[in-house]
Amino acid sequence: MKRKPLFITAAVALVAAFVVGTLVYQSQRADSAQALARQALLVRDYAPTAGPAEAKVHIVEFFDPACDTCRSFYPFVKRMMAANPGKIRVSVRYAPFHNNSDYVVKVLEATRKQGKYWEALEALLAAQSSWAPNHSADPDLVWPQLAGLGLDLERVRQDMNAPDITRNLEQDIADAKALKVTQTPEFFVNGKPMPSFGYEQLTALVSDALAKAYR
Amino acid sequence: MTTNANEYGATTTRARSHDLGWNLVFACWLIATSSTLGALFFSEVMNLPPCVLCWYQRIFLFPLVLMLPVGLFPFDPKVVRYALPLSMVGWSLAFFHVLLTYGLIPESIRPCTLGVPCALNQIEWFGFVSIPLLSLVAFSVINALLLVTHYRVSK
Repeated sequence: MKRKPLFITAAVALVAAFVVGTLVYQSQRADSAQALARQALLVRDYAPTAGPAEAKVHIVEFFDPACDTCRSFYPFVKRMMAANPGKIRVSVRYAPFHNNSDYVVKVLEATRKQGKYWEALEALLAAQSSWAPNHSADPDLVWPQLAGLGLDLERVRQDMNAPDITRNLEQDIADAKALKVTQTPEFFVNGKPMPSFGYEQLTALVSDALAKAYR
Repeated sequence: MTTNANEYGATTTRARSHDLGWNLVFACWLIATSSTLGALFFSEVMNLPPCVLCWYQRIFLFPLVLMLPVGLFPFDPKVVRYALPLSMVGWSLAFFHVLLTYGLIPESIRPCTLGVPCALNQIEWFGFVSIPLLSLVAFSVINALLLVTHYRVSK
């Protein structure tokens, strides 16, 4: 008679499915609660943002202008945005871990006041090796890179010490610390960090978020 | 000799139909138990409060989880006679509930006004699968299998 073992196996399997389902559901809920708490630290309205506000996939990048990995990720992220027009937006938060990076961040933020932020950022990234040799930014070598962008550099010099720029940068550094960002670039896609560092991991995270937001 | 052979044949036929009956009732138990655990998952894990009609359907579903195994060990075809009234009433309630969620029953004869409105779909999978629909499908299959058991085994 194989009926009793069959019945017992089925009963155990059903109860096990219930227990596993409960655990999975609760861990997912805990994850989303955590993501919500993280979201408050991640999303600051002052952060420079590219992409439409109604885009449902929001990448927050902790960025250091003197970091060469950040430079190589920049076109990668830009390509992802171009491949999914209107669906992705990117916010830049600063984690200036390199020497004098904070100086460069202040310069960048000052160019924002003249509406030339992305141009200045791209110019600086393109010439990164010339102003940030040996992973240390040289303030004097930064300025020549900004020539030819139509910027009022004198105004940039004044604006870069504006109290709001300093305040926002301090907030970024505090948030980075609270979010345990210890290396740049660090990406959060709709609140989720990369499981481990790499292009594929970021791509997977973004496609996952896209699939969830636009199914 | 011939009488013996006939008796032997009758015994094997009965054994076979009992095998079929056991499997059908076992299948009913699987459906009833999955549905019960599913219902508990919705209310206890996902914290979706059951509406009044849901509770009535639960009343006719949950006992099957314990009643059907009693008829399985040892197999007693009469279990159909005890289980079918429950699943029939459960089916009627589920049918009524589904009509309600599709808006096919007018407001005035809705029996539930307290707590969660029964016409509210708390779950919508693939755009059409609601909890009452799951309940209706489960009760329909249980009823069908129990009826097959009744006509193939009891007679």
